[in-house]
Amino acid sequence: MATTTDIPLPKTKREVIDRAVIRFAGDSGDGMQVTGSQFTNTVALYGNDIATFPDFPAEIRAPAGTLPGVSGYQLHFSSNEIFTPGDAVDVLIAMNPAALKTNVGDLPAGGALIVNSDAFSQQNLNKAAYASNPLTDGSLKQYTVFEIPISTLNARALAGLDMTAKQIDLTKNFFALGIMFWLYERSMEPTLRWIDEKFGKTPVIAEANKRALKAGYAFGETTEIFHTHYRVAPAHLAPGTYRNITGNEATALGMLAASKLAKRPLFYGSYPITPASDILHELSRYKNYPVTTFQAEDEISAIGAAIGSAYGGALGLTGTSGPGVALKSEAIGLAVMTELPLVIANIQRGGPSTGLPTKTEQADLMQAILGRNGECPVAVVAPATPADCYTMAIEAFRIATRYMTPVFFLSDGYLGNGAEPWRVPKRDQLPQFDVKFRTEKDGFQPYLRDPRTLARPWAVPGTPGLEHRIGGLEKEDVTGNVSYDPENHEKMVRLRAEKIARIADDIPALQVFGPASGRLLVIGWGSTYGAITSAVEEAQAKGLPVSSLHLRYLNPFPRDLGDILKRFDKVLVPELNLGQLRMLIRARYLVDAIGLNKVQGKPFRVSEIRKAIDGILRG
Amino acid sequence: MPVDVKGPKLTRADFATDQTVRWCPGCGDYAILAQVQKVMPELGIARENIVFVSGIGCSSRFPYYMNTYGFHSIHGRAPTIATGLKVSRPELSVWVVTGDGDGLSIGGNHLIHAMRRNLDIKILLFNNRIYGLTKGQYSPTSEFGKKTKSSPYGTAEQPINPLGVALASECTFVARSVDIDTHHLSSIVERAAAHKGTAFVEIYQNCNIFNDGAFDDFVAREVRTERMVQLEHGKPVIFGQDRRKGIRLRGVHPEVVTIGEDGVTEKDLLVHDEAAQEPTLAYLLSRMTYPDYPVPVGVFYRADRPRLEEILEQQSIQATARLGAGSIERLLKSGSTWTVT
Repeated sequence: MATTTDIPLPKTKREVIDRAVIRFAGDSGDGMQVTGSQFTNTVALYGNDIATFPDFPAEIRAPAGTLPGVSGYQLHFSSNEIFTPGDAVDVLIAMNPAALKTNVGDLPAGGALIVNSDAFSQQNLNKAAYASNPLTDGSLKQYTVFEIPISTLNARALAGLDMTAKQIDLTKNFFALGIMFWLYERSMEPTLRWIDEKFGKTPVIAEANKRALKAGYAFGETTEIFHTHYRVAPAHLAPGTYRNITGNEATALGMLAASKLAKRPLFYGSYPITPASDILHELSRYKNYPVTTFQAEDEISAIGAAIGSAYGGALGLTGTSGPGVALKSEAIGLAVMTELPLVIANIQRGGPSTGLPTKTEQADLMQAILGRNGECPVAVVAPATPADCYTMAIEAFRIATRYMTPVFFLSDGYLGNGAEPWRVPKRDQLPQFDVKFRTEKDGFQPYLRDPRTLARPWAVPGTPGLEHRIGGLEKEDVTGNVSYDPENHEKMVRLRAEKIARIADDIPALQVFGPASGRLLVIGWGSTYGAITSAVEEAQAKGLPVSSLHLRYLNPFPRDLGDILKRFDKVLVPELNLGQLRMLIRARYLVDAIGLNKVQGKPFRVSEIRKAIDGILRG
Repeated sequence: MPVDVKGPKLTRADFATDQTVRWCPGCGDYAILAQVQKVMPELGIARENIVFVSGIGCSSRFPYYMNTYGFHSIHGRAPTIATGLKVSRPELSVWVVTGDGDGLSIGGNHLIHAMRRNLDIKILLFNNRIYGLTKGQYSPTSEFGKKTKSSPYGTAEQPINPLGVALASECTFVARSVDIDTHHLSSIVERAAAHKGTAFVEIYQNCNIFNDGAFDDFVAREVRTERMVQLEHGKPVIFGQDRRKGIRLRGVHPEVVTIGEDGVTEKDLLVHDEAAQEPTLAYLLSRMTYPDYPVPVGVFYRADRPRLEEILEQQSIQATARLGAGSIERLLKSGSTWTVT
């Protein structure tokens, strides 16, 4: 889409900057997620590189105005390539005192703070546990504060519409969005179109939101409180067609693409769980594709049905978060024993138990690799960015069908909800994989393996002459009959392990970012890619001898990992857990890796990793 | 049901496997296996299009002995596997074999949801009122106060009524039979197979090791006619040696009456209606137990309702007609896109 030219010439001073970090913060009923994603889509369409960090409470509506009810949406947009949503915020929009209190700590001195001054009533100040009004007690003097009576101005703009005061108040987020569009010279067109699509059936609501948006924009334009406004030029992205995509959307698209590539229908069994439910929502829309979604009665049924579909020849997929994986463990074992292709997507969140449903964490790695009874190996892949979810989803099914094995796809809340621009791959850039069913009757044995991959044949019901029985009891080698023979059991345990190990022959070589050897290697997996890459890039720019490596295949590890590790004096492993990858690396390669561990339900800041790098290199 | 056998008609022997059957000698499961193997050729379905799915327990060894496709899964989860399979491959004839522990205890949740969804699957629940494979603990259908290995002082739990569960789960075909009544059992299995939708059949099955004679009070040959009643659609509920006893409704309470006594005639008796709009009558009949009543067997309830796999297929056909078949290119470029040159 081309950018529109409806932006009037600015009266105030314009500054061209190369990047900005903004955060919308308000009550969870204030529509901050919608506001943030509208701004995101708009700047993405304009051509900026983006990275987002939506951060919201587990409660749908915590008591209004309270600290636990604060919902935030951070966006980093730039004319250069960026990898993270940014450490520090340039402009913070706080819709109430609670939002101010919980977010102002991330605004550095001199940062711009826009507050809805109407919300700073004594009652709201009490709810946010402010002893005095921060707008008047001088505690914000290190910031550039813009007090705007957003609720009042918005209500005035909407006067005359047939709406209740409460309904009118619900549109004030679009007033704030309008201000931000003006501040960053962004077109209102995409959002106006979105409002029409979203509220077309209720014209008065559509009109109200449009008026709110335009009023906010006009406010920025006509008042003189903002001395400067900003332009962030489009990024120099590689040529191609782009779209903005969240990790969960990319996961859904990747799974669908895998189904198209494999020419097998996709079956998605899932039970609603944060932060994985969006994959279910997304896939259930695509009824004109060969995909069936099944909202099961529980997590076990979700995977059981996925296994049943795989047994019948579909691409069986189940998606969940950590607590759901715990419930699925026995069934994963069944898929390992019956050697059926299956993908288990775990959009990780803070644990243990119910933990932090809406916050991100990487603490399910060991659960994926080891968390079942018996010797029960599965392949594990992990996307590095929201868009990478697409690529790794296809990979997960390529491996699952080629090796007849369950594959874990380890995403997390930060990737799943975070967005970035994605260059849409062309058809010829898509990987190819053949999926073949066994149909030949002669010589058929349910557990006769492919000599190279050790995969057993996929023999689906409906194939004449191949009637056979499979199940969770130990299988006799080749025949698949039930066997309790001791030697056979050990043979089968080793065969299942060897099959997974051989996947290492079939995955890409690692790429070291920076020199191939040296004093320090920073190694990560999953969603820490952005923060690690930014920190290492910064350090390299300062001339520091540091490289980084990112693992997208966690079981088996890539063949070259051991050699690469040996080429560095020290190895640092930043993880959003207490050191799970580090433990695996130490155990597997006898490398004395150092951990950088954070479990706060939040992604790493670039500065945190940078500090660890500097510390090690100094020490 | 796909009717697609080509060539000579299959026989019972075609459905037997080369595996040694490992149930205890004298187990009621043998009789059930024999009847199912006998019925299969009558259905006119090619062996490769039949799948038996089971969970864990004695009954769940069943698929190993059927020369069809078979999946011996994990405890209680057979309905989930059958669901995924049937939705993905609606043309297959999918059977679930389960027991009172597998289906009503560890897998109770899956059983009720499978039935409410009304997939075209057939569920055979072997009810022996005991845990056999784990050697003799009480099950959710064990009678109150039963002394077992895990209840030496008698169970303190009320048993569950499998047919009541099926009816409450909106199951569209609910029936009961008995392992040793071979003729009745095969006729019920055949009717279940012919039903379009989820069929639930409770089969009283004797565990001669851990709960021998559990049903003897009413299924034993010499007492059966007096203590059991075969439900027949549209016919009065009559039983007894000389067919003189029957069930009459007094309000919502069934009572046993004798034709010819106290002025009772056949016209006073309850007439069984398996196709009644509401399963109220079926529920009432399912509550009748020995010794207060004769134990009913037969089809308690059946209804016609669209099947899950059928509805999903329809949705897909309609969406494809409206939006066209999806392609990867369209998929990837869905939503707002922009071009960088």
